Amino acid sequence: MAGIGGADTTGKKWGWGVLNAVVVIYALFPVLWILSLSFKSSKTLADGNFIPREWSLENYQNIFSTSEFTRALINSIGIAIIATAIAVVFGTMAAYAIARLDFPGKNLLVGVSLLIAMFPQVSLVSPLFEIERSMGLFDTWPGLILPYITFALPLAIYTLSAFFREIPWELEKAAKMDGATPGQAFRRVIAPLAAPGVFTTAILVFIFCWNDFLFAISLTSTESSRTVPVALSFFTGSSQFEDPAGSIAAAAVVITIPIILFVLFFQRRIVAGLTSGAVKG
Amino acid sequence: MSHAVTEDAAPSAAPEPVAPKKKAALSEGKKAERRLGWLLCAPAAITMIAVTGWPILYSLLLSMQRFDLKFPNRTEWIWFDNYVTVLSSPYWWNAVWVTVLLTVVTVAVELVLGMSLALIMHRALVGRGIVRTTTLIPYGIVTVVAAFSWRFAWTPDTGYLAKALGNDPVLTEKIPALLVVGLAEIWKTTPFMALLLMAGLALVPDDLLKAAAMDGASGWQRFIRITVPIMKPAILVALLFRTLDAFRIFDNLFVLTAGSQGTSSVSMLTYNNLIKGLNLGIGSTMSVLIFIMVAIIAFVFIKLFGTAAPGSDDGGKR
Repeated sequence: MAGIGGADTTGKKWGWGVLNAVVVIYALFPVLWILSLSFKSSKTLADGNFIPREWSLENYQNIFSTSEFTRALINSIGIAIIATAIAVVFGTMAAYAIARLDFPGKNLLVGVSLLIAMFPQVSLVSPLFEIERSMGLFDTWPGLILPYITFALPLAIYTLSAFFREIPWELEKAAKMDGATPGQAFRRVIAPLAAPGVFTTAILVFIFCWNDFLFAISLTSTESSRTVPVALSFFTGSSQFEDPAGSIAAAAVVITIPIILFVLFFQRRIVAGLTSGAVKG
Repeated sequence: MSHAVTEDAAPSAAPEPVAPKKKAALSEGKKAERRLGWLLCAPAAITMIAVTGWPILYSLLLSMQRFDLKFPNRTEWIWFDNYVTVLSSPYWWNAVWVTVLLTVVTVAVELVLGMSLALIMHRALVGRGIVRTTTLIPYGIVTVVAAFSWRFAWTPDTGYLAKALGNDPVLTEKIPALLVVGLAEIWKTTPFMALLLMAGLALVPDDLLKAAAMDGASGWQRFIRITVPIMKPAILVALLFRTLDAFRIFDNLFVLTAGSQGTSSVSMLTYNNLIKGLNLGIGSTMSVLIFIMVAIIAFVFIKLFGTAAPGSDDGGKR
């Protein structure tokens, strides 16, 4: 098809340029708006301008001067990192077994994790609320980490087993031939090859935990374990006459930074991770 | 607790078979593989079952009791009375219809937009990296953050969208509020749909499209007759994931309307009864009903999938 890529290439490029611009504007508009809001001074906050007329850092100074936000930030970071670490370790072990080993009950495990992936999370909120209250887990870090691990595991297992299937199988066999046990073959040969997949999975799981709102608002009640998305919804402004929009916007920008960094640096990995589980080549 | 035990057990299983079982290793190979398989899966399986299994049963039990934390002394077994209460409540049915409507409309729009976006990302001659990077931002951003951005955009005086449209308080009327919620949902989740569809697009062989073009098939014909049938499994996976996810809609509604003016989804209503109303009996009843509805949706999709269902291939050794 010479006609397709031939004479009108520059025209095509312009066409793509316009399309790309549309997509970029679509994706960035709400983000830029909240960014702009966060830099508005309290006087110009309610002027409805897309670009601030008066730039100021007072919103950021406000949120970092209250424990309401800083404590929530610590909770968010701690809970997401711990849950991600545990989910990735458990997920790696299970995904390795699913991708490489033959044992009864494997399909059951795959089925159960698929069920959990589809499970309506709100259905777990009512029993967990009561169970965690009676076990003393309500409003604690573990009280949130447990459901996060549970709902992250299906994601981790799927993504990782898809990655593991692409690792050259012969290497493991060769290692076993040289006298390595299945366990050693896992640790010495497969694990280093699997590291990129594990890393990608960790990013996806972290994003999931970082994003959660339903569990966080239902299973916490005080600053001691409230995460940022929940703290945001409780912001009221320092006096009752003050619009909390500026503080909310500033806090929203702060918790968006890690996401932007992940996306900028690991775009390829995230795309590969999200699509690997969904389609079998 | 139980995790710690099994976690320790897994590595210790590895060194053991080396020395003492060396002779039997070949015949015992299968057994060792089984044991290792179970040990490796145990922590994941135990966690998932512990955190979901018992709570599911417990919510069934709770749903059959009058259990209001504001009146703990009046707790008693009332069997299916809660179900009668919920199923005869106009609030519940309104929430069901709102949820179904939002799910159907947003997923349909996302499918069309997502497909266009997937085609752009797949075929772009220039700037493919930029497009892929920026589309990941809506996917990755915290839903509550995005929801606040939309809320402030529509807030009279504060927002640029409100300003542009004459400062009407759109979020205080049912239909406009639902439109805004739908818009926020679509903005946030279209990229995810597009990424899943893009993976399907990658499976369509270019040669086939070129051959069809040689035979005079138009772009639209090539898309409908070749691309779509080949991507069907990817489309179904994307639709299933998005439908179930859309059905759980909570974050956007919580921030944008908090379920006022009859805009509650089933998740929102359950939350309000449970955490705000502290009525565990009614909340659990709604939980069970939502679970049943989701199971029906999943069942229908899996019937459609047939063998293309995720996880139905046995994976193991090749």
